Amino acid sequence: MIYRETGQFKNSYVSDQTIFPIRQDLVFVTGVILIAYLIVPFLINDYWTNAILLPFLVYALASMGLNILTGYCGQVSLGTGGFMAVGAYATYKLITAFPELNFIIVVVLSGLITAIIGLIFGIPSLRIKGFYLAVATLASQFFLVWLFNKVGWFYNYNLTGQINVTRKEVLGFLVTGPEATPAAKYLLCLSFVVIFALISKNLVRGRLGRSWMAIRDMDIAAELIGISPLKTKLSAFAVSSFYVGMAGSLYFAVYLGAVEPTEAFGIDQSFLVLFMVIIGGLGTILGSFLGSAFLALMPILLKNALVDGFSIEVVTAKHVEIIAMGALIIFFLIVEPHGLARLWQITKEKLRLWPFPY
Amino acid sequence: MKKNKSLVKPILIFFLLSLFSLPAYAYELVIPSLDYRTGPYAPNGIPVANGFSDYLKMLNARDGGINGVPIKNVSCETGYNTKVGVECYEKLKNTPPSGALAFQPLSTGITYQLIPKASVDKIPIFSMGYGRTSAANGKVFPWVFNLPATYWSQATVFIKYIGEKEGGLGKLKGKKIALVYHNSAYGKEPIRTLEKMSEKFGYELMLLPVDHPGQEQKATWLQIRRQRPDWVLMWGWGVMNQVAIKEAASIRYPMDHFIGVWWSGSENDVLPAGEKAHGYLSGSFHAAGNNFPVHDDIRKHVYDKGNGSGDRDRIGEVLYNRGMVAAMWTTEAIRNAMKIHGTKEVRGEHVRDGFEALNVDENRLRELGLPNFTYPVKITCENHEGPAKVAIQQWDAKKKQWKMITGFYDSMRDIVDPLIEEDSMAYAKENGITPRKGCEL
Amino acid sequence: MDLFFLETCISGLMAGVMYALVALGFVLIFKASGVFNFSQGVLCLFAALALFDFMSDKGWIAKVFGFALPIWLAIFLTILVMIAVAWLIERLVLRHLVNTEPIILFMATIGLAYVLEGLGDILFGSDVKPLDIGIPQGAWDYLLDEHGLYIEKLEVVAAVTAALLVTVLAIFFQKTKIGRALRAVADDHQAALSVGISLNTIWVIVWSVSGIVALVAGIMWGTKSGVQFSLSLIALKALPVLILGGFTSVPGAIVGGLIIGIGEKIAEVYAGPFFGGAIENWFAYMLALVFLIFRPQGLFGEKIIERV
Repeated sequence: MIYRETGQFKNSYVSDQTIFPIRQDLVFVTGVILIAYLIVPFLINDYWTNAILLPFLVYALASMGLNILTGYCGQVSLGTGGFMAVGAYATYKLITAFPELNFIIVVVLSGLITAIIGLIFGIPSLRIKGFYLAVATLASQFFLVWLFNKVGWFYNYNLTGQINVTRKEVLGFLVTGPEATPAAKYLLCLSFVVIFALISKNLVRGRLGRSWMAIRDMDIAAELIGISPLKTKLSAFAVSSFYVGMAGSLYFAVYLGAVEPTEAFGIDQSFLVLFMVIIGGLGTILGSFLGSAFLALMPILLKNALVDGFSIEVVTAKHVEIIAMGALIIFFLIVEPHGLARLWQITKEKLRLWPFPY
Repeated sequence: MKKNKSLVKPILIFFLLSLFSLPAYAYELVIPSLDYRTGPYAPNGIPVANGFSDYLKMLNARDGGINGVPIKNVSCETGYNTKVGVECYEKLKNTPPSGALAFQPLSTGITYQLIPKASVDKIPIFSMGYGRTSAANGKVFPWVFNLPATYWSQATVFIKYIGEKEGGLGKLKGKKIALVYHNSAYGKEPIRTLEKMSEKFGYELMLLPVDHPGQEQKATWLQIRRQRPDWVLMWGWGVMNQVAIKEAASIRYPMDHFIGVWWSGSENDVLPAGEKAHGYLSGSFHAAGNNFPVHDDIRKHVYDKGNGSGDRDRIGEVLYNRGMVAAMWTTEAIRNAMKIHGTKEVRGEHVRDGFEALNVDENRLRELGLPNFTYPVKITCENHEGPAKVAIQQWDAKKKQWKMITGFYDSMRDIVDPLIEEDSMAYAKENGITPRKGCEL
Repeated sequence: MDLFFLETCISGLMAGVMYALVALGFVLIFKASGVFNFSQGVLCLFAALALFDFMSDKGWIAKVFGFALPIWLAIFLTILVMIAVAWLIERLVLRHLVNTEPIILFMATIGLAYVLEGLGDILFGSDVKPLDIGIPQGAWDYLLDEHGLYIEKLEVVAAVTAALLVTVLAIFFQKTKIGRALRAVADDHQAALSVGISLNTIWVIVWSVSGIVALVAGIMWGTKSGVQFSLSLIALKALPVLILGGFTSVPGAIVGGLIIGIGEKIAEVYAGPFFGGAIENWFAYMLALVFLIFRPQGLFGEKIIERV
């Protein structure tokens, strides 16, 4: 009843091809975006930004990238951490070598550099498939992290290998470093995420996205009908690495401010983003957001509930939190193997009929 | 309509009573601890956390806190993860009533994250013997304190000790010294210092990185077996320590030529190797053992009342004492802050002044129940590292104890000071910080 | 031949055997249920934790009964615990996820890994526990003193155990009825069901056997470094072994382990210094990658046949 589309007619191809054909969807999403831009910046403080919103946004961007590669194109990749590192180090080199460069351009350039690197590491995918490709990407992960740890040029030969971000401004507002206001950091990341979510949604709806999905579903059949696996797979790697590189850049510059390659971009990071994509829903843009919210924010929620709400000792709370995360993952997978995005879709379907059962 | 007068009086009485029974506003000193009792480094994190919290509990139970103001020790579990560390910091920094008075990140990665935030949030960072070594330059890092000694100073003391054992620093020429290090910012800390000293004293430096977590070190120790360095230094953490000591024992490397950094010298690290670890050396800036008066106080006021943070028989372990001495210096800084600013309701910026005026001498150590436990520490505006002295302790596998076998050596300031100056100035330039001239902020 | 080179090779082979022990568990489960069990490393840790606890004076058995168990009884009890864990996993997780995609099952094992990790922490504590069940450790004195050759006794024991284990598993799979049923299930679930083989029982059996293999691996690695959380990270070391050897082959796990072990060590010792060291990790994956380019299914894996 809430979600009925009766009365909504489309009388042109253009209006039929919009991203949100049902008016309720459009209203909802526009509302969320407006609230995110207009109301949230006035409500947040340091904790909300640094611990909740920034990780959510940065990981959402990274998940979108990985979703394009794994969800839409079917190439399992465990090299996300390494590519985020490429983005971060590219950003560091750019801001130290060209301090006058606009920060937004720096982020986009870092993404482009990562895209080129992703292209190179995507070449084995032309020969190796499935799980074996995942492990091939692991090689790129370990190699890239080793490279950034070892080669002094990447961290400007400083004594410990840690890279720090310098103060950068966008439109006159400081966005990096501890003096940046929470609202500024949040709005910057939010803008990146919204704009590139829109771009990715359009990409996957278009010819490129369809060729990705064709390769994912039946690559030999796709090749037979004329989709070039070389171009398609490599384009998936490139676009995906672009997103992941930008996420890495924001992760370093805006969210953390100082990173060390082994800890910040290790294999754990790759696994984390992959888990977000799987839990959120492979092959959906919404899934990236849901997965990011689930895996980045649920532990914090659980911890605060257990420690503050139930006054459980901090250590026990941590153990319970780990068990609860595992149990929740298994639970959601049993309930809906296709991820949280599918759950959302089913909810919407049910809302069409509510309050009637069928 | 019956007027219910009988309810008015009880309500009035209740209201008046509740006014008088409002709790008196009690100031508390919030000291946060970022522990890691889970995750890959838990075995080392647990005793440090226990020592820290036990000392604070003892102060509360025995003295009612610091100068009568109770201490509120809030802990947050980081699992040694930088992101969780940032979240814990943001959560705890404004804890009422006093706000966090000092932060102990207990992890080099988290320290690097918090250093820029400290000056904005006005909370001092106490990275005791770890973190960013060049933060010893108080002119560039007014909010960071890494007393009583840093990694670079410790590296120079190791070379001093080795020189002593070899018959003089001049005899080091031509000797081979290997550094087995955790392949992270923490492990890389001493490299530049050791390289500089190798130029000066003529020894050959072998660098052997070990990737996290360091569970598999066969290749490293095969190389050591082949090259036969005269001395091996280790900058390890977590399981890397245990495996390294076992591997060293297996290839029959003489344990008394194997020196670990103060984070590679605890009971956890040597126990798995059993008898074979006998003679292993490590650096330290405090004594091990549980027979100091302060330990008796902790047993009496905390454990006997069933309030202990960990096992009673683990009091006095190396890392337990490490946590304890960190709590001691923190509380002394708070005491200083109260004295300097003439108020008991101190906040983070006051405690920073307290740290900068820290002067815990031998008499004070005796008063605190720690006679000869560590050396006197005096901090100034320029030097946040303090005296930078290090002693060598040795593991006795039969008695299962650590014993200090040397006195406290002075570090080689001629090597370390220029490096600190260079690195801190580079940081200042990169981040647009003007080093302060005097002692004002 | 240069003695040191021989030492490096032997140490590499031994290290490879240690990796292969972990990889075996993966292979068993993947063969029978098509699941890539990410929680294998945590199972090793859990098994080792349980074993230590049963033998310790402060453990659960000591608390309940007043005395700690001797080694063999403790091992037996741990095996029972692993069988119980396998049964619970089948009941609570696998049964509900029949017929889902492999990547979803993979994700479920990750959830499982978290649960087991947290449970291990709560039940047994996060301290490092030195495990000593009497396995000889240290250098093989005779060889070191007489011939100057360094071979680690613990790893010799591990190699012998691995050989024994593989033989037992081979006999189990080839000669017994249950072994045949396992191979049938690995081949085709539907066909096995139609012949009357109970999938659920087979899965419990496979996960139990894998749990026992995890116990062996946990004992070896736990003796080497003490039982602590980092033990679960050896699963990552086993991944290149699996890729090289093929996910579905028991001899592949061993051969893959040997190749990776020896390749890693030779590279680190001889080529490492030119690159600044610590190249082991990515070299293993590069090595596996090179093999994959020529044989995409791994050395012994089943050839992947794709149909349009």
